[in-house]
Amino acid sequence: MSATIFEKSHAGRAGINIPKQQVQDTFDLDKSLLREEKAKLPELSEFDVVRHYTNLSKKNFSIDSNFYPLGSCTMKYNPKIEERVAALDGFANLHPHHITNNKPEFMQGSLESLKILEDDLKEITGMDAFTMTPEAGAHGEMTAIMLIGAYHKKRGNKKKYIIVPDSSHGTNPASASMVDFKVITVKSNADGGMDVEAFKEVISDEVAAVMMTVPNTVGLFNPGVKEICDIAHEHDALMYYDGANLNAILGLIRPGDLGFDAVHLNLHKTFATPHGGGGPGAGPVGVKKHLIEFLPELRVGYEEGKGYELKAVSKNSIGRVSPFFGNYLVSLRALVYMQTLGKEGMINVSRKAVLNANYILSKLKDYLDVPYDTFCMHECVLSADSLHKKYHVSTLDIAKYLLDFGLHAPTIYFPSIVHEAIMIEPTETENIDSIDYFCQKIIDAVELAKSNPELFKEFPKTLPISRADETKAARSLNIRWQQD
Amino acid sequence: MPYTPHTKDDVKRMLAQIGIKEESELFDYIPQSLRAKSFDLKEGLSEFEVYEDFKEMASKNDTSKVCFLGGGYYDHIIPSAVDALSSRSEFYTAYTPYQAEASQGTLQALYEYQSLVCELTNLEVTNASMYDGGSAMAEAALMAIRITKRDKIVVDSGVNPIYKKILKTYLAYHDIEVIFMETVSDKVDTKTLTSLIDDSVAAYIFQNPNFFGSLEDYSEIVKSLHEVKALAIMSAYPIALGVIKTPGELDADIYCGDGQSLGNYLGFGGPSFGILATKQKYVRNLPGRIVGLTNDRNDKRAYVLTLQAREQHIRRAKATSNICSNQNLMTLRATIFMSLLGKDGFAKLALQNYNNANYLKTQLAELSAVKIFNQNATFNEFVIELPITCDEFLDRMSEKGFFAGLKLDHLYENFENRVLVSVTEKRTKAQMDSFVASVKEIL
Repeated sequence: MSATIFEKSHAGRAGINIPKQQVQDTFDLDKSLLREEKAKLPELSEFDVVRHYTNLSKKNFSIDSNFYPLGSCTMKYNPKIEERVAALDGFANLHPHHITNNKPEFMQGSLESLKILEDDLKEITGMDAFTMTPEAGAHGEMTAIMLIGAYHKKRGNKKKYIIVPDSSHGTNPASASMVDFKVITVKSNADGGMDVEAFKEVISDEVAAVMMTVPNTVGLFNPGVKEICDIAHEHDALMYYDGANLNAILGLIRPGDLGFDAVHLNLHKTFATPHGGGGPGAGPVGVKKHLIEFLPELRVGYEEGKGYELKAVSKNSIGRVSPFFGNYLVSLRALVYMQTLGKEGMINVSRKAVLNANYILSKLKDYLDVPYDTFCMHECVLSADSLHKKYHVSTLDIAKYLLDFGLHAPTIYFPSIVHEAIMIEPTETENIDSIDYFCQKIIDAVELAKSNPELFKEFPKTLPISRADETKAARSLNIRWQQD
Repeated sequence: MPYTPHTKDDVKRMLAQIGIKEESELFDYIPQSLRAKSFDLKEGLSEFEVYEDFKEMASKNDTSKVCFLGGGYYDHIIPSAVDALSSRSEFYTAYTPYQAEASQGTLQALYEYQSLVCELTNLEVTNASMYDGGSAMAEAALMAIRITKRDKIVVDSGVNPIYKKILKTYLAYHDIEVIFMETVSDKVDTKTLTSLIDDSVAAYIFQNPNFFGSLEDYSEIVKSLHEVKALAIMSAYPIALGVIKTPGELDADIYCGDGQSLGNYLGFGGPSFGILATKQKYVRNLPGRIVGLTNDRNDKRAYVLTLQAREQHIRRAKATSNICSNQNLMTLRATIFMSLLGKDGFAKLALQNYNNANYLKTQLAELSAVKIFNQNATFNEFVIELPITCDEFLDRMSEKGFFAGLKLDHLYENFENRVLVSVTEKRTKAQMDSFVASVKEIL
């Protein structure tokens, strides 16, 4: 059943008809400009293609069909109204070069949507302006670090380093590298947060920025964050907020109020746009006043009587980071979601996300190790360290066991500061029945580990494949189908 | 409350399990001084009200005119099956396929995508996609710098000016010299290029067809690059690759392009995706995700993410790029699009784009007031020179019901009266004839 589309090809079959050519064939390009033979794309009927990809889709877990308690990923339900709006002709078929032509009269609707979204995100985060152009979280991180670089350059600051906690996402240090900063990693304290004392030891006038996730990647709010912001600012180091965990604090805490200078948000997480199997996302960046002049090209303005327009580019702008307004149709979906929630709905999102996570923590803390025994925020981190030491059943084994029960594995082995980490983020959209089922399956796994640990190597047993040989995949690399 | 399933009774049970009385106790440890100072948002609306609002907003965008706008973003056909299949929520609500056993659908589709891109470009390897054509070009340049350990990039004047802007932004933070060649015509300025190419150059970036729609044979240029061990980076509009000489045939080292034209909506510029392909020997220098074929414990075919040691979640600051995602759903659409068209259909589509554009170009060339800027042969777009300003032309043509093209006056020096006109397979003869008649009327 796992035959590729190429193996199903039959010479002479055709999928769809293209419009009939109404003009004469005048094709007479010189051979030196042409490809020698047609691209060997597979030949199938439309129905062949439909059946192939319909069957492939059935080999996926998805949020619509499975509980996805992936820590740090905020896999919440994606309301269907988003798809309906994004498919409207006026949005889906709008040509982006009206931007290049500077003809705002053809794009008033989309400019309006971008302006409303920017204003709402400003209020949610306590920032002064947003750029909607970055296309993903990591893209937003890179953009924000560029802004910070431009800020220091203008002020004549000699900055070399960016501080990240050891619990950060890999994209933080990687984004710092993309902008040519060196990374200083700070160890976390016993509460999983960036240790203020350790931070004081590494902060200096050569530090450009400090990247933090709030709540942090072990799911805890670090009350020391305000102090870190203040100390950083004494050295003219800017504070960068990684928005991966914004779902915990809507209406409760705003990074802007804490003293952060730049933030990136993951609209595909907090604001419920579909993950698409790994993208597209949207990673808008918000800044305080002192960074506005550096924002990337393409911002929307509004003038009474004239309507929405493209703002002139500031001479200190870092330039373009994406062709137009990033993954616009993703941002549009996020706005639709935000408008259905409104203020109370959004506050409720975080309260219920935190309630669900603490409920899971309380149900599982007698069965797995609890590295941080306190209330968590929207996600909890547990560990299978003891289980692994005693019964040789690892976090990975438990993850694969869960798959057989239609439960996507939690995030595993992250953050790396916790041995055998199991990071669970249920989100607010999951009901108590599915959460209870999930907890019971974890408890069953722990019991099975004690009685029959050898069974774990067999899981998963009911999915399209059993455990894959990843070493072979990397060693004898096969990343494209070779046709005869 | 929308999208939260909690009944009062559920909440009571959960609080009892946790051992507290009120939800607010979960937040008691957060000092008041750190709490939000404001959260002034509107009240929520039902989805029916929201839909009406957005329907009205959408109506304030204009998609009604006949489109001759291109410049990297084209009004192509999108088969119904592309929408139907990519709308299956098993695809669009799935997460990144880190758990291979639960993601064989996404992974196999990506493997097929990679294979199709290799067939289209005649290159050996590709990744699971970048954000867009611009970021793909920037990452291609960074790859060339890593591979050659040199720090100079030469960019042809025919490269899409928006990609050039993105390239400039990405490279600004590194010790890299980027030379943007000046525009003298629609042709490569081989004299200047020859003077620039030496053993200090990491790569020369060119686009074929270039931003003016012109085609050129780059074989000799690629050869001369390789003589000094510099790399050739080729950008191309993927539909054109249905007929034009491929990066593989040219012996180009890296291909980059934007995948919008392969079954994705214009969508005001996004989401689309970036294509990045290269030779086998450079596979470990590729940024981003890559899917590989292997087997499972029972020797069944299995698809997995592979070569992850290049990526940020393993290598952190030393990764080949900071990119974490791919534009997965858009590559799925492209995969379905290419499978539906197939070998003959894709070539036919490319030809039809050429023929339609050539018809319009010939008709316009007959008008005394219009001059064709291109000296070289063109693919599906070309530049016209007008006796009036770009804005005058576009505004008058829009009154006649056309998005008549892309103005070039602010993108290049001395291009006051030049407009890029693009034609796809969707344009009928009647629409093109009416375009010509309207141009005649307004000039």
